Amino acid sequence: MALELTAARPDPALLDLPWRRPLEDWPEEILAALPRGISRHVVRFVRLSGRVLAVKEIKADIARREYEMLRDLRRLGMPAVEPFAVVSGRVDADGEPLDACLVTRHLQYSLPYRALYSQSLRKGTATRLIDALAVLLVRLHLAGFWWGDVSLSNTLFRRDAGAFAAYLVDAETGELRPRLSNGQREHDLEIARVNIAGELMDLDAGGLLQEERDPVEVSERIVTRYRELWSALTTEETFADTERWRVDDRIRRLNKLGFDVDELELTTDVDGTSIRVQPKVVDSGHHSRRLLRLTGLDVRENQARRLLNDLEVFAASTGRQGEDEEIVAHDWLARVYEPTTRGVPRELVAKLEPAEVFHEVLEHRWYMAEKAQHDVPIQLALDDYVARILPGKPDERAVVGIDTEELPVLADDSLR
Amino acid sequence: MATVKFDEATRIYPGNDTPSVDKLDIDIQDGEFLVLVGPSGCGKSTSLRMLAGLEEVNGGKIWIGDRDVTDLSPKDRDVAMVFQNYALYPHMTVADNMGFALKIAGVDKGEIRKKVEEAAGILDLTQYLDRKPKALSGGQRQRVAMGRAIVRSPKVFLMDEPLSNLDAKLRVQTRTQIASLQRRLGVTTVYVTHDQVEAMTMGDRIALLKDGLLQQCATPREMYDKPANLFVAGFIGSPAMNLVDVPAASDGAKFGNHTVSIPREGGKGGDRVIVGVRPEDVELTTNNDGLELTVDVIEELGADAYVYGTPTDDKIKLHGGDDNLAKPFIARVDGRKVPEKGQTIYVYPKGEHMHVFDPESGARL
Repeated sequence: MALELTAARPDPALLDLPWRRPLEDWPEEILAALPRGISRHVVRFVRLSGRVLAVKEIKADIARREYEMLRDLRRLGMPAVEPFAVVSGRVDADGEPLDACLVTRHLQYSLPYRALYSQSLRKGTATRLIDALAVLLVRLHLAGFWWGDVSLSNTLFRRDAGAFAAYLVDAETGELRPRLSNGQREHDLEIARVNIAGELMDLDAGGLLQEERDPVEVSERIVTRYRELWSALTTEETFADTERWRVDDRIRRLNKLGFDVDELELTTDVDGTSIRVQPKVVDSGHHSRRLLRLTGLDVRENQARRLLNDLEVFAASTGRQGEDEEIVAHDWLARVYEPTTRGVPRELVAKLEPAEVFHEVLEHRWYMAEKAQHDVPIQLALDDYVARILPGKPDERAVVGIDTEELPVLADDSLR
Repeated sequence: MATVKFDEATRIYPGNDTPSVDKLDIDIQDGEFLVLVGPSGCGKSTSLRMLAGLEEVNGGKIWIGDRDVTDLSPKDRDVAMVFQNYALYPHMTVADNMGFALKIAGVDKGEIRKKVEEAAGILDLTQYLDRKPKALSGGQRQRVAMGRAIVRSPKVFLMDEPLSNLDAKLRVQTRTQIASLQRRLGVTTVYVTHDQVEAMTMGDRIALLKDGLLQQCATPREMYDKPANLFVAGFIGSPAMNLVDVPAASDGAKFGNHTVSIPREGGKGGDRVIVGVRPEDVELTTNNDGLELTVDVIEELGADAYVYGTPTDDKIKLHGGDDNLAKPFIARVDGRKVPEKGQTIYVYPKGEHMHVFDPESGARL
């Protein structure tokens, strides 16, 4: 049987990988030393043409389905890993068929939750991860995606101005529907809660959980956060005709949560004394879209929020609040943002992404100023941060961390 | 433990004119292993999800025991989707891997240990309870995953194509294990598969669906021996039943020049009938008695062989059963008496072993 490669933009170098060997036996020299999370299947990370790829061994039909699903999700603008190829028709040296492989691109600067726990953590990491996962789940549900296997393991996290942004990694069990029923959403939520509790209990059993809080209690947060966000985004509100400002208020509240309202349903009752309002189409990324428009910077939601705040401070401190926003933003970019992010020496750029460095420098400046009891120029904060703080951080561009074991339950030959 | 009842349960997806599941009526006994089977798009997964509370029911009702669960949320139905989540946690003991969901549900420690020990006994895992899952074999890990569902003592187990991502060998082993475990536990189970072999080997009863409609619900033996219609006849059995469109006269159906007597209940059936013969029920001769075939392929199996032939008379039509594609006539013959490729042979149904269907409605006559 011939090796079959499905890819949008195939990289010929893919063919050089040892497809005739079971993934488990791939030689170490081609593997990128990335942590391997809990997985049902064998998963490996390889370096190829200057990028890191994740390779998962599964049956061909499932691989193709997941490849398509990930493409659909990305088309819908959902945060998910980028599918790269499906390799099928594999046989081993003896001509025995091997399972197909789904290849996805590794998300730069992303962190599996287990790697996060191997670092010494700021307090509250678990809750911040769960908050990010809740946002992801709400977005997926709004788009009609029924995940089926929500967990921390099936999610990757990127730093987002001190918080995290979550990305879907595993779409194997997922389905896209025009709309999800409450039962389907509740089912995902219940799976999420049970999985998160299990994952945290496992960290606890492995001595990796430094927080004192009970995993069960922490896992309940996914339910409360999800429900809060879902109801903020979808609840129908009714108010009197004299309170029209509340329509605007609703939109502002959604913006504050990071969502734009693309379509709003407004209905008045027969005698026109009350208005009902319900958001129909909401889209996350309110701040990051605004920042992109103003500066061309493509960063995550909280980073964008932070950068926009700094831009506002810049406008105020230079007395240019009345000026055209875009011109001020351009100046801020040239005079504040770029000098700061370029001030990171080459050998330290793999530590954190530029926008996250900027956020950290701002945080650092605040601590310095508090200590000194007066304002500190950003250049001074940057110098101090680069000299004392940044070198101590792990490289996160392509995370090298603990190598966790994987335990496929159903992929073993020794059934007894 | 409980009975399950689909009572004219109907699901219509928004934007669709035809129901995906149309007035499904099935009574499942306490402790029974029922398999929902059918080709893709037949409504089997949708039916299971209606029972699980994951699909809205647009008409009819669903009962678990004497409780109407039609509008209950999934959590409140006391059902467990087994094998939905395969991950085992490496740092936790086997006991904790089995019992952690109870901990989340707020069950007290002593009670959890008791339930875990009970389940471990049934699953032959008692001696491994304090080990880490890494030390277990694949089969044992799988039993731990089952254990996770068992400790919750749900009223009904639900399984949706749990073997679909396994290779052929592992599928066979695993399905035997699931079936025997279910029998030991005696928990009512509804199992979805597209594979008729899986359905035949595992189920106490099989419900076969097509286009959202229940075709037949019966024991594997009954489905095989008395298929209710052409679709069931073509779907159940491997290789599939031969379905031959033949002329019918007052004395019976004409299998070539061989007349076989057929039942004519209430005078039904016109001048043609479809006769179904399973490959093992074919009488094969070389002396111009029966339907004339040219042998295309011989498949040797050792003790037996399968003979694949095409009718010489191209007016004789063979029904494809479930997929309606042209297909050869298949006969199982003694491995010592195998005809040769290209040879002309004659076939007719052996004794009483045949099935007669109305060519219009497809119903069994």
